[in-house]
Amino acid sequence: MDITLFWTAVLIVILAAFTGYVVISRVPVILHTPLMSGSNFIHGIVLVGAMVALGLATTTGEKIIGFVAVILGAANVTGGYVITERILQMFDRSKKKPEKEG
Amino acid sequence: MVDLSFAIDPVYIATIFIFIIGLQRMSHPLTARSGIVWAGAAMLIATLVTFLTPDLTNFALIAIAIVIGGGLGYIAAKRVAMTDMPQMVAIYNGMGGGAAAGIAAVHLLGTTTAATSTLAVVGGLIGAVSFSGSLIAFLKLQGWMRPRPITFPGQQVINMAVLALAVVSGILILWQPSFIPLSVATYLPLFFVLSLGFGFLMTLPIGGADMPVVISMYNAFTGLAVALDGFSFATPNYAMVVAGVIVGAAGSLLTLLMARAMNRSIPNILFGAFGATEETGTEIQGSLKPIEADDVAVLLAYANTAIIVPGYGMAVAQAQQRVKELADLLESKNVEVKFAIHPVAGRMPGHMNVLLAEAGISYDHLFDRDEINPEFPDTDVVLVIGANDVVNPAAHRQGSPLYGMPILDVELAKNVIVLKRGEGKGFAGIENDLFYRDNTRMLYGDAKESVGKIVQALKKL
Repeated sequence: MDITLFWTAVLIVILAAFTGYVVISRVPVILHTPLMSGSNFIHGIVLVGAMVALGLATTTGEKIIGFVAVILGAANVTGGYVITERILQMFDRSKKKPEKEG
Repeated sequence: MVDLSFAIDPVYIATIFIFIIGLQRMSHPLTARSGIVWAGAAMLIATLVTFLTPDLTNFALIAIAIVIGGGLGYIAAKRVAMTDMPQMVAIYNGMGGGAAAGIAAVHLLGTTTAATSTLAVVGGLIGAVSFSGSLIAFLKLQGWMRPRPITFPGQQVINMAVLALAVVSGILILWQPSFIPLSVATYLPLFFVLSLGFGFLMTLPIGGADMPVVISMYNAFTGLAVALDGFSFATPNYAMVVAGVIVGAAGSLLTLLMARAMNRSIPNILFGAFGATEETGTEIQGSLKPIEADDVAVLLAYANTAIIVPGYGMAVAQAQQRVKELADLLESKNVEVKFAIHPVAGRMPGHMNVLLAEAGISYDHLFDRDEINPEFPDTDVVLVIGANDVVNPAAHRQGSPLYGMPILDVELAKNVIVLKRGEGKGFAGIENDLFYRDNTRMLYGDAKESVGKIVQALKKL
Protein backbone atom coordinates (compact mmCIF):
# COMPACT_ATOMS: atom_id res chain seq x y z
CA MET A 1 0.00 0.00 0.00
CA ASP A 2 1.71 3.25 -1.07
CA ILE A 3 1.66 6.38 1.02
CA THR A 4 -1.02 8.29 -0.94
CA LEU A 5 -3.34 5.33 -0.72
CA PHE A 6 -2.61 5.08 2.99
CA TRP A 7 -3.67 8.66 3.71
CA THR A 8 -6.72 8.31 1.48
CA ALA A 9 -7.67 5.26 3.53
CA VAL A 10 -7.19 7.17 6.80
CA LEU A 11 -9.40 9.98 5.48
CA ILE A 12 -12.13 7.56 4.45
CA VAL A 13 -12.06 5.80 7.82
CA ILE A 14 -12.34 9.10 9.72
CA LEU A 15 -15.26 10.31 7.60
CA ALA A 16 -17.04 6.97 7.85
CA ALA A 17 -16.60 6.82 11.63
CA PHE A 18 -17.94 10.35 11.94
CA THR A 19 -20.93 9.44 9.77
CA GLY A 20 -21.72 6.40 11.92
CA TYR A 21 -21.50 8.52 15.05
CA VAL A 22 -23.73 11.32 13.74
CA VAL A 23 -26.38 8.97 12.39
CA ILE A 24 -26.77 7.17 15.72
CA SER A 25 -26.50 10.04 18.21
CA ARG A 26 -29.75 11.43 19.62
CA VAL A 27 -31.72 8.31 18.76
CA PRO A 28 -34.74 7.56 21.00
CA VAL A 29 -34.32 4.48 23.21
CA ILE A 30 -37.17 2.63 21.49
CA LEU A 31 -35.16 2.56 18.28
CA HIS A 32 -32.05 1.05 19.85
CA THR A 33 -33.09 -2.51 19.11
CA PRO A 34 -34.07 -1.94 15.46
CA LEU A 35 -30.91 0.10 14.90
CA MET A 36 -28.74 -2.60 16.39
CA SER A 37 -30.46 -5.09 14.13
CA GLY A 38 -30.19 -2.69 11.17
CA SER A 39 -26.48 -2.13 11.62
CA ASN A 40 -26.15 -5.89 12.04
CA PHE A 41 -27.63 -6.16 8.56
CA ILE A 42 -25.33 -3.44 7.16
CA HIS A 43 -22.18 -5.35 8.10
CA GLY A 44 -23.61 -8.18 6.03
CA ILE A 45 -21.67 -6.41 3.26
CA VAL A 46 -19.01 -8.89 4.40
CA LEU A 47 -20.77 -11.16 1.90
CA VAL A 48 -19.21 -9.38 -1.08
CA GLY A 49 -15.76 -9.86 0.46
CA ALA A 50 -16.46 -13.53 1.06
CA MET A 51 -17.64 -13.88 -2.57
CA VAL A 52 -14.39 -12.36 -3.86
CA ALA A 53 -12.34 -14.51 -1.47
CA LEU A 54 -14.06 -17.67 -2.69
CA GLY A 55 -14.02 -16.51 -6.31
CA LEU A 56 -10.25 -16.02 -6.26
CA ALA A 57 -9.52 -19.14 -4.17
CA THR A 58 -7.30 -21.74 -5.83
CA THR A 59 -6.46 -24.47 -3.30
CA THR A 60 -9.06 -26.79 -1.79
CA GLY A 61 -8.42 -25.40 1.69
CA GLU A 62 -9.08 -21.85 0.53
CA LYS A 63 -12.21 -22.95 -1.29
CA ILE A 64 -13.64 -24.70 1.77
CA ILE A 65 -13.03 -21.72 4.04
CA GLY A 66 -14.33 -19.32 1.38
CA PHE A 67 -17.43 -21.44 0.87
CA VAL A 68 -18.22 -21.41 4.60
CA ALA A 69 -17.54 -17.66 4.70
CA VAL A 70 -20.05 -17.03 1.89
CA ILE A 71 -22.67 -19.16 3.67
CA LEU A 72 -22.16 -17.22 6.91
CA GLY A 73 -22.15 -13.86 5.11
CA ALA A 74 -25.32 -14.67 3.17
CA ALA A 75 -27.08 -15.77 6.36
CA ASN A 76 -25.99 -12.50 8.00
CA VAL A 77 -27.57 -10.58 5.11
CA THR A 78 -30.93 -12.35 4.81
CA GLY A 79 -31.36 -13.00 8.53
CA GLY A 80 -30.36 -9.46 9.45
CA TYR A 81 -32.77 -8.03 6.89
CA VAL A 82 -35.76 -10.15 7.89
CA ILE A 83 -35.27 -9.56 11.64
CA THR A 84 -34.97 -5.79 11.18
CA GLU A 85 -37.93 -5.72 8.83
CA ARG A 86 -40.08 -7.68 11.29
CA ILE A 87 -39.18 -5.41 14.20
CA LEU A 88 -39.88 -2.26 12.19
CA GLN A 89 -43.10 -3.66 10.75
CA MET A 90 -44.62 -3.54 14.23
CA PHE A 91 -43.79 0.11 14.62
CA ASP A 92 -45.35 0.84 11.30
CA ARG A 93 -48.60 -1.00 11.92
CA SER A 94 -49.23 0.48 15.35
CA LYS A 95 -48.69 3.95 13.92
CA LYS A 96 -51.29 3.61 11.22
CA LYS A 97 -54.17 1.82 12.89
CA PRO A 98 -53.66 1.43 16.60
CA GLU A 99 -57.34 0.92 17.35
CA LYS A 100 -58.07 -1.92 14.98
CA GLU A 101 -55.68 -4.43 16.51
CA GLY A 102 -56.51 -7.11 19.06
CA MET B 1 -17.92 -11.94 -21.96
CA VAL B 2 -17.98 -8.16 -22.04
CA ASP B 3 -15.92 -6.68 -19.25
CA LEU B 4 -18.38 -4.84 -17.04
CA SER B 5 -16.10 -4.59 -14.02
CA PHE B 6 -15.98 -0.79 -14.43
CA ALA B 7 -19.46 -0.83 -12.89
CA ILE B 8 -18.26 -2.25 -9.55
CA ASP B 9 -16.78 0.89 -7.99
CA PRO B 10 -19.64 3.28 -8.80
CA VAL B 11 -22.17 0.73 -7.59
CA TYR B 12 -20.25 0.21 -4.34
CA ILE B 13 -20.15 3.98 -3.81
CA ALA B 14 -23.88 4.20 -4.45
CA THR B 15 -24.40 1.29 -2.03
CA ILE B 16 -22.54 3.11 0.73
CA PHE B 17 -24.56 6.23 0.12
CA ILE B 18 -27.85 4.33 0.30
CA PHE B 19 -26.70 2.49 3.47
CA ILE B 20 -26.14 5.85 5.13
CA ILE B 21 -29.56 7.10 4.04
CA GLY B 22 -31.08 3.83 5.25
CA LEU B 23 -29.48 4.13 8.69
CA GLN B 24 -30.50 7.78 8.86
CA ARG B 25 -34.11 6.83 8.14
CA MET B 26 -33.95 3.97 10.65
CA SER B 27 -33.11 6.46 13.38
CA HIS B 28 -36.50 8.20 13.17
CA PRO B 29 -39.67 6.30 14.16
CA LEU B 30 -41.72 7.56 11.23
CA THR B 31 -39.27 6.65 8.48
CA ALA B 32 -37.68 3.62 10.14
CA ARG B 33 -39.47 1.02 8.06
CA SER B 34 -38.38 2.44 4.73
CA GLY B 35 -34.78 2.63 5.97
CA ILE B 36 -34.27 -1.12 5.96
CA VAL B 37 -35.91 -1.46 2.54
CA TRP B 38 -33.45 1.07 1.08
CA ALA B 39 -30.51 -0.69 2.68
CA GLY B 40 -31.77 -4.05 1.49
CA ALA B 41 -32.03 -2.89 -2.12
CA ALA B 42 -28.49 -1.52 -1.97
CA MET B 43 -27.18 -4.79 -0.57
CA LEU B 44 -28.85 -6.77 -3.35
CA ILE B 45 -27.30 -4.61 -6.07
CA ALA B 46 -23.87 -4.72 -4.40
CA THR B 47 -24.05 -8.52 -4.27
CA LEU B 48 -25.03 -8.81 -7.94
CA VAL B 49 -22.33 -6.42 -9.17
CA THR B 50 -19.68 -8.37 -7.22
CA PHE B 51 -20.11 -11.21 -9.72
CA LEU B 52 -18.47 -8.90 -12.29
CA THR B 53 -15.18 -8.87 -10.31
CA PRO B 54 -12.29 -9.57 -12.76
CA ASP B 55 -10.75 -13.07 -12.69
CA LEU B 56 -13.56 -14.39 -10.49
CA THR B 57 -14.01 -18.18 -10.68
CA ASN B 58 -15.94 -20.78 -8.66
CA PHE B 59 -19.23 -19.15 -9.68
CA ALA B 60 -21.20 -22.31 -8.97
CA LEU B 61 -19.74 -22.63 -5.48
CA ILE B 62 -20.52 -18.98 -4.73
CA ALA B 63 -24.10 -19.34 -5.93
CA ILE B 64 -24.65 -22.56 -3.97
CA ALA B 65 -23.23 -21.02 -0.79
CA ILE B 66 -25.41 -17.93 -1.16
CA VAL B 67 -28.51 -20.07 -1.63
CA ILE B 68 -27.69 -22.28 1.38
CA GLY B 69 -26.70 -19.46 3.75
CA GLY B 70 -29.26 -16.97 2.50
CA GLY B 71 -32.03 -19.55 2.52
CA LEU B 72 -31.31 -20.79 6.04
CA GLY B 73 -30.92 -17.25 7.35
CA TYR B 74 -34.20 -16.21 5.74
CA ILE B 75 -36.24 -19.18 6.96
CA ALA B 76 -34.90 -19.06 10.52
CA ALA B 77 -35.52 -15.32 10.76
CA LYS B 78 -39.08 -15.67 9.42
CA ARG B 79 -39.99 -18.51 11.78
CA VAL B 80 -38.58 -17.26 15.04
CA ALA B 81 -40.94 -15.70 17.59
CA MET B 82 -40.61 -11.99 18.29
CA THR B 83 -39.53 -12.77 21.85
CA ASP B 84 -36.45 -14.54 20.51
CA MET B 85 -35.33 -11.50 18.49
CA PRO B 86 -32.37 -10.57 20.73
CA GLN B 87 -30.64 -13.90 20.35
CA MET B 88 -31.32 -13.91 16.61
CA VAL B 89 -29.50 -10.58 16.29
CA ALA B 90 -26.66 -12.21 18.25
CA ILE B 91 -26.42 -15.27 16.04
CA TYR B 92 -26.54 -13.36 12.73
CA ASN B 93 -23.95 -10.97 14.06
CA GLY B 94 -21.77 -13.94 14.95
CA MET B 95 -22.13 -15.24 11.41
CA GLY B 96 -20.92 -11.91 10.02
CA GLY B 97 -17.93 -12.17 12.36
CA GLY B 98 -17.31 -15.73 11.22
CA ALA B 99 -17.42 -14.67 7.57
CA ALA B 100 -14.91 -11.90 8.33
CA ALA B 101 -12.62 -14.42 10.03
CA GLY B 102 -12.97 -16.75 7.04
CA ILE B 103 -12.02 -14.01 4.57
CA ALA B 104 -8.95 -13.24 6.68
CA ALA B 105 -7.99 -16.93 6.71
CA VAL B 106 -8.26 -17.24 2.91
CA HIS B 107 -6.05 -14.15 2.54
CA LEU B 108 -3.40 -15.43 4.90
CA LEU B 109 -3.29 -18.79 3.10
CA GLY B 110 -2.73 -17.05 -0.24
CA THR B 111 -0.03 -14.65 -1.31
CA THR B 112 -0.17 -11.36 0.54
CA THR B 113 1.96 -8.33 1.30
CA ALA B 114 3.11 -7.39 4.80
CA ALA B 115 0.57 -4.58 5.07
CA THR B 116 -2.48 -6.54 3.91
CA SER B 117 -1.65 -9.62 5.97
CA THR B 118 -1.25 -7.51 9.12
CA LEU B 119 -4.73 -6.11 8.56
CA ALA B 120 -6.04 -9.61 7.85
CA VAL B 121 -4.58 -10.93 11.13
CA VAL B 122 -6.19 -8.13 13.16
CA GLY B 123 -9.47 -8.51 11.26
CA GLY B 124 -9.36 -12.28 11.72
CA LEU B 125 -8.79 -11.97 15.47
CA ILE B 126 -11.67 -9.53 15.97
CA GLY B 127 -13.97 -11.47 13.64
CA ALA B 128 -13.27 -14.76 15.42
CA VAL B 129 -13.84 -13.21 18.87
CA SER B 130 -17.13 -11.76 17.62
CA PHE B 131 -18.14 -15.15 16.21
CA SER B 132 -17.55 -17.26 19.32
CA GLY B 133 -18.64 -14.50 21.71
CA SER B 134 -21.93 -14.00 19.87
CA LEU B 135 -22.47 -17.75 19.88
CA ILE B 136 -22.22 -17.84 23.68
CA ALA B 137 -24.55 -14.83 23.89
CA PHE B 138 -27.02 -16.72 21.68
CA LEU B 139 -26.81 -19.91 23.77
CA LYS B 140 -27.29 -17.99 27.01
CA LEU B 141 -30.31 -16.01 25.76
CA GLN B 142 -31.82 -19.08 24.11
CA GLY B 143 -31.57 -20.86 27.45
CA TRP B 144 -29.40 -23.65 26.02
CA MET B 145 -26.72 -22.57 28.42
CA ARG B 146 -26.90 -21.33 32.01
CA PRO B 147 -27.52 -17.57 31.67
CA ARG B 148 -25.90 -16.74 35.02
CA PRO B 149 -22.27 -15.64 34.92
CA ILE B 150 -19.85 -18.55 34.82
CA THR B 151 -16.76 -17.79 36.87
CA PHE B 152 -13.75 -19.72 38.09
CA PRO B 153 -10.59 -18.77 39.99
CA GLY B 154 -7.96 -16.98 37.94
CA GLN B 155 -10.44 -16.35 35.13
CA GLN B 156 -9.12 -12.92 34.16
CA VAL B 157 -5.54 -14.18 34.13
CA ILE B 158 -6.41 -17.17 31.96
CA ASN B 159 -8.46 -15.02 29.56
CA MET B 160 -5.61 -12.53 29.18
CA ALA B 161 -3.14 -15.37 28.67
CA VAL B 162 -5.29 -16.85 25.87
CA LEU B 163 -5.55 -13.43 24.23
CA ALA B 164 -1.79 -12.94 24.51
CA LEU B 165 -1.14 -16.35 22.94
CA ALA B 166 -3.58 -15.53 20.12
CA VAL B 167 -1.68 -12.30 19.47
CA VAL B 168 1.67 -14.14 19.57
CA SER B 169 0.47 -16.74 17.05
CA GLY B 170 -0.84 -13.87 14.90
CA ILE B 171 2.63 -12.30 14.99
CA LEU B 172 4.16 -15.67 14.06
CA ILE B 173 1.91 -15.82 10.97
CA LEU B 174 3.29 -12.44 9.86
CA TRP B 175 6.88 -12.95 10.94
CA GLN B 176 7.51 -16.68 10.32
CA PRO B 177 10.90 -16.65 12.05
CA SER B 178 13.49 -18.93 10.43
CA PHE B 179 14.53 -20.49 13.76
CA ILE B 180 11.12 -22.19 14.14
CA PRO B 181 10.61 -24.83 11.43
CA LEU B 182 6.86 -24.30 11.16
CA SER B 183 4.74 -22.72 8.42
CA VAL B 184 1.55 -20.66 8.16
CA ALA B 185 -0.36 -23.93 7.86
CA THR B 186 0.53 -24.59 11.52
CA TYR B 187 0.22 -21.08 12.90
CA LEU B 188 -3.08 -20.27 11.25
CA PRO B 189 -5.26 -22.97 12.89
CA LEU B 190 -3.56 -22.24 16.22
CA PHE B 191 -4.28 -18.53 15.79
CA PHE B 192 -7.96 -19.08 15.07
CA VAL B 193 -8.46 -21.67 17.82
CA LEU B 194 -6.97 -19.24 20.35
CA SER B 195 -8.99 -16.28 19.02
CA LEU B 196 -12.23 -18.27 19.13
CA GLY B 197 -11.29 -19.51 22.61
CA PHE B 198 -10.83 -15.96 23.81
CA GLY B 199 -14.31 -15.01 22.54
CA PHE B 200 -15.83 -17.95 24.43
CA LEU B 201 -13.95 -17.26 27.66
CA MET B 202 -14.59 -13.53 27.56
CA THR B 203 -18.38 -14.03 27.30
CA LEU B 204 -18.75 -16.78 29.93
CA PRO B 205 -18.61 -14.49 32.98
CA ILE B 206 -21.20 -12.08 31.53
CA GLY B 207 -24.73 -12.53 32.85
CA GLY B 208 -27.87 -12.65 30.73
CA ALA B 209 -29.05 -9.23 31.90
CA ASP B 210 -26.00 -7.60 30.34
CA MET B 211 -26.19 -9.56 27.11
CA PRO B 212 -27.84 -6.83 24.98
CA VAL B 213 -24.92 -4.50 25.67
CA VAL B 214 -22.48 -7.27 24.85
CA ILE B 215 -24.29 -8.16 21.61
CA SER B 216 -24.13 -4.51 20.62
CA MET B 217 -20.39 -4.55 21.36
CA TYR B 218 -19.82 -7.65 19.24
CA ASN B 219 -21.88 -5.96 16.52
CA ALA B 220 -19.36 -3.12 16.54
CA PHE B 221 -16.53 -5.71 16.56
CA THR B 222 -17.89 -7.39 13.45
CA GLY B 223 -18.14 -4.01 11.72
CA LEU B 224 -14.50 -3.34 12.55
CA ALA B 225 -13.42 -6.79 11.34
CA VAL B 226 -15.28 -6.25 8.06
CA ALA B 227 -13.56 -2.89 7.59
CA LEU B 228 -10.11 -4.40 8.22
CA ASP B 229 -10.87 -7.25 5.81
CA GLY B 230 -11.88 -4.66 3.21
CA PHE B 231 -8.37 -3.22 3.36
CA SER B 232 -6.72 -6.62 3.16
CA PHE B 233 -7.66 -7.09 -0.50
CA ALA B 234 -5.08 -6.25 -3.17
CA THR B 235 -7.29 -3.34 -4.19
CA PRO B 236 -9.18 -2.19 -1.09
CA ASN B 237 -12.89 -2.97 -1.11
CA TYR B 238 -14.20 0.41 0.01
CA ALA B 239 -17.79 -0.80 0.31
CA MET B 240 -16.63 -3.13 3.10
CA VAL B 241 -14.34 -0.51 4.61
CA VAL B 242 -16.92 2.26 4.82
CA ALA B 243 -19.88 0.08 5.83
CA GLY B 244 -17.69 -1.69 8.39
CA VAL B 245 -16.39 1.52 9.93
CA ILE B 246 -19.89 3.03 10.06
CA VAL B 247 -21.19 -0.03 11.90
CA GLY B 248 -18.12 -0.03 14.13
CA ALA B 249 -18.67 3.60 15.12
CA ALA B 250 -22.45 3.40 15.34
CA GLY B 251 -22.26 0.11 17.25
CA SER B 252 -19.75 1.49 19.74
CA LEU B 253 -21.93 4.51 20.41
CA LEU B 254 -25.02 2.32 20.76
CA THR B 255 -23.14 0.12 23.24
CA LEU B 256 -22.28 3.15 25.35
CA LEU B 257 -25.86 4.48 25.22
CA MET B 258 -27.25 1.12 26.34
CA ALA B 259 -24.71 0.79 29.14
CA ARG B 260 -25.59 4.31 30.26
CA ALA B 261 -29.31 3.45 30.34
CA MET B 262 -28.43 0.70 32.83
CA ASN B 263 -26.00 2.94 34.70
CA ARG B 264 -23.19 0.45 34.11
CA SER B 265 -19.74 0.97 32.70
CA ILE B 266 -18.37 -1.22 29.91
CA PRO B 267 -15.45 -2.59 32.00
CA ASN B 268 -17.90 -3.37 34.79
CA ILE B 269 -20.08 -5.35 32.37
CA LEU B 270 -17.15 -7.21 30.84
CA PHE B 271 -15.21 -8.01 33.99
CA GLY B 272 -17.70 -7.51 36.81
CA ALA B 273 -19.35 -10.97 36.58
CA PHE B 274 -22.51 -9.10 37.52
CA GLY B 275 -24.97 -11.16 39.54
CA ALA B 276 -22.50 -13.96 40.26
CA THR B 277 -22.17 -13.10 43.90
CA GLU B 278 -24.90 -12.71 46.48
CA GLU B 279 -25.24 -9.52 48.39
CA THR B 280 -24.52 -10.28 52.02
CA GLY B 281 -25.31 -8.56 55.28
CA THR B 282 -28.77 -7.21 54.40
CA GLU B 283 -31.82 -8.88 55.83
CA ILE B 284 -35.05 -8.40 53.95
CA GLN B 285 -37.94 -7.54 56.25
CA GLY B 286 -41.47 -8.78 55.76
CA SER B 287 -42.95 -11.72 53.92
CA LEU B 288 -44.32 -12.68 50.51
CA LYS B 289 -48.08 -12.16 50.47
CA PRO B 290 -49.99 -14.02 47.74
CA ILE B 291 -53.24 -12.76 46.21
CA GLU B 292 -55.93 -14.29 43.98
CA ALA B 293 -56.86 -13.03 40.51
CA ASP B 294 -60.42 -12.21 41.65
CA ASP B 295 -59.11 -9.87 44.32
CA VAL B 296 -56.80 -8.19 41.83
CA ALA B 297 -59.80 -7.61 39.54
CA VAL B 298 -61.76 -5.94 42.38
CA LEU B 299 -58.77 -3.79 43.28
CA LEU B 300 -58.38 -2.69 39.67
CA ALA B 301 -62.07 -2.10 39.06
CA TYR B 302 -62.28 0.42 41.89
CA ALA B 303 -59.01 2.17 41.08
CA ASN B 304 -58.80 5.57 39.42
CA THR B 305 -55.35 5.10 38.03
CA ALA B 306 -53.39 2.00 37.14
CA ILE B 307 -49.91 1.61 35.74
CA ILE B 308 -48.76 -1.58 34.03
CA VAL B 309 -45.06 -2.40 34.17
CA PRO B 310 -44.19 -5.10 31.63
CA GLY B 311 -41.01 -7.13 31.74
CA TYR B 312 -39.40 -10.18 30.25
CA GLY B 313 -41.98 -12.46 31.93
CA MET B 314 -44.67 -10.91 29.74
CA ALA B 315 -42.56 -11.57 26.65
CA VAL B 316 -41.89 -15.20 27.59
CA ALA B 317 -45.56 -15.89 28.33
CA GLN B 318 -46.63 -14.08 25.12
CA ALA B 319 -49.11 -12.23 27.30
CA GLN B 320 -49.10 -8.92 25.41
CA GLN B 321 -52.44 -9.59 23.67
CA ARG B 322 -54.16 -10.35 26.99
CA VAL B 323 -52.57 -7.28 28.51
CA LYS B 324 -54.05 -5.19 25.73
CA GLU B 325 -57.44 -6.77 26.47
CA LEU B 326 -57.05 -5.95 30.16
CA ALA B 327 -56.10 -2.34 29.42
CA ASP B 328 -59.10 -1.88 27.11
CA LEU B 329 -61.44 -3.39 29.69
CA LEU B 330 -60.13 -1.13 32.46
CA GLU B 331 -60.47 1.95 30.29
CA SER B 332 -64.08 1.02 29.60
CA LYS B 333 -64.50 1.06 33.40
CA ASN B 334 -63.00 4.56 33.52
CA VAL B 335 -59.70 3.49 34.98
CA GLU B 336 -56.81 5.52 33.62
CA VAL B 337 -54.24 3.01 32.33
CA LYS B 338 -50.64 3.81 31.54
CA PHE B 339 -47.68 1.64 30.66
CA ALA B 340 -44.32 2.28 32.29
CA ILE B 341 -41.45 1.15 30.09
CA HIS B 342 -38.02 0.80 31.60
CA PRO B 343 -35.32 1.34 28.96
CA VAL B 344 -33.82 -2.08 29.57
CA ALA B 345 -36.95 -4.05 30.45
CA GLY B 346 -36.87 -7.33 28.61
CA ARG B 347 -33.69 -8.40 26.96
CA MET B 348 -33.07 -5.39 24.75
CA PRO B 349 -33.75 -1.68 24.88
CA GLY B 350 -37.11 -1.11 23.26
CA HIS B 351 -38.06 -4.79 23.58
CA MET B 352 -41.28 -3.97 25.45
CA ASN B 353 -42.24 -1.17 23.04
CA VAL B 354 -41.98 -3.65 20.19
CA LEU B 355 -44.15 -6.26 21.90
CA LEU B 356 -46.82 -3.80 23.04
CA ALA B 357 -46.88 -2.28 19.57
CA GLU B 358 -47.38 -5.78 18.20
CA ALA B 359 -50.42 -6.20 20.46
CA GLY B 360 -51.80 -2.91 19.14
CA ILE B 361 -51.30 -0.73 22.21
CA SER B 362 -50.79 2.77 20.91
CA TYR B 363 -47.73 4.87 21.65
CA ASP B 364 -49.50 7.54 23.68
CA HIS B 365 -50.11 4.95 26.44
CA LEU B 366 -46.40 4.19 26.80
CA PHE B 367 -44.25 6.27 29.11
CA ASP B 368 -40.57 5.98 29.80
CA ARG B 369 -38.95 5.94 33.20
CA ASP B 370 -38.35 9.65 33.67
CA GLU B 371 -41.85 10.59 32.54
CA ILE B 372 -43.71 8.15 34.75
CA ASN B 373 -41.64 7.99 37.94
CA PRO B 374 -43.23 11.11 39.53
CA GLU B 375 -46.69 9.57 39.02
CA PHE B 376 -46.24 6.41 41.11
CA PRO B 377 -47.09 7.98 44.51
CA ASP B 378 -50.52 9.03 43.15
CA THR B 379 -51.24 5.70 41.50
CA ASP B 380 -53.79 3.31 43.00
CA VAL B 381 -52.61 0.04 41.50
CA VAL B 382 -49.38 -0.92 39.79
CA LEU B 383 -49.38 -4.21 37.92
CA VAL B 384 -45.86 -5.57 37.49
CA ILE B 385 -46.04 -8.23 34.79
CA GLY B 386 -42.92 -10.34 34.75
CA ALA B 387 -40.52 -7.50 35.51
CA ASN B 388 -38.06 -7.85 38.35
CA ASP B 389 -34.68 -6.14 38.35
CA VAL B 390 -36.00 -2.91 36.83
CA VAL B 391 -38.37 -2.42 39.81
CA ASN B 392 -35.97 -3.59 42.53
CA PRO B 393 -35.64 -0.89 45.21
CA ALA B 394 -32.25 -2.43 46.09
CA ALA B 395 -30.95 -0.10 43.38
CA HIS B 396 -31.36 2.74 45.88
CA ARG B 397 -29.35 0.94 48.57
CA GLN B 398 -25.61 1.38 48.70
CA GLY B 399 -23.72 -1.90 48.62
CA SER B 400 -26.26 -3.69 46.46
CA PRO B 401 -24.94 -5.00 43.15
CA LEU B 402 -27.80 -3.09 41.54
CA TYR B 403 -26.90 0.16 43.32
CA GLY B 404 -27.21 3.19 41.09
CA MET B 405 -29.26 1.56 38.34
CA PRO B 406 -32.18 3.86 37.56
CA ILE B 407 -35.39 1.95 38.31
CA LEU B 408 -39.14 2.44 38.16
CA ASP B 409 -40.19 3.54 41.64
CA VAL B 410 -43.24 1.29 41.81
CA GLU B 411 -42.84 0.75 45.55
CA LEU B 412 -44.25 4.26 46.07
CA ALA B 413 -47.65 3.30 44.65
CA LYS B 414 -50.59 2.55 46.95
CA ASN B 415 -50.92 -1.08 45.81
CA VAL B 416 -48.41 -3.15 43.91
CA ILE B 417 -49.42 -6.45 42.32
CA VAL B 418 -46.54 -8.56 41.06
CA LEU B 419 -47.37 -11.22 38.48
CA LYS B 420 -44.65 -13.80 38.69
CA ARG B 421 -44.12 -17.37 37.63
CA GLY B 422 -42.59 -18.52 40.91
CA GLU B 423 -40.48 -17.35 43.79
CA GLY B 424 -37.26 -17.20 41.75
CA LYS B 425 -34.97 -14.25 41.37
CA GLY B 426 -34.59 -11.89 38.44
CA PHE B 427 -32.05 -12.23 35.68
CA ALA B 428 -29.47 -10.39 37.73
CA GLY B 429 -29.95 -13.05 40.39
CA ILE B 430 -30.66 -10.57 43.17
CA GLU B 431 -33.40 -10.85 45.79
CA ASN B 432 -36.09 -8.22 45.28
CA ASP B 433 -37.31 -6.62 48.51
CA LEU B 434 -40.20 -4.97 46.65
CA PHE B 435 -41.94 -8.35 46.88
CA TYR B 436 -41.78 -8.23 50.68
CA ARG B 437 -43.20 -4.72 51.08
CA ASP B 438 -46.49 -4.21 52.95
CA ASN B 439 -48.21 -2.74 49.89
CA THR B 440 -47.12 -5.58 47.60
CA ARG B 441 -49.13 -8.69 46.74
CA MET B 442 -47.90 -11.61 44.66
CA LEU B 443 -49.99 -13.29 41.96
CA TYR B 444 -48.18 -16.47 41.03
CA GLY B 445 -48.54 -18.24 37.71
CA ASP B 446 -47.89 -17.87 34.01
CA ALA B 447 -48.38 -14.22 33.05
CA LYS B 448 -50.72 -15.01 30.17
CA GLU B 449 -52.98 -17.18 32.34
CA SER B 450 -52.92 -14.76 35.26
CA VAL B 451 -53.86 -11.77 33.11
CA GLY B 452 -56.55 -13.92 31.48
CA LYS B 453 -58.01 -14.76 34.90
CA ILE B 454 -58.03 -11.08 35.89
CA VAL B 455 -59.83 -10.23 32.63
CA GLN B 456 -62.44 -12.95 33.25
CA ALA B 457 -63.00 -11.78 36.82
CA LEU B 458 -63.31 -8.17 35.67
CA LYS B 459 -65.96 -9.08 33.11
CA LYS B 460 -68.07 -10.71 35.84
CA LEU B 461 -67.98 -7.63 38.08
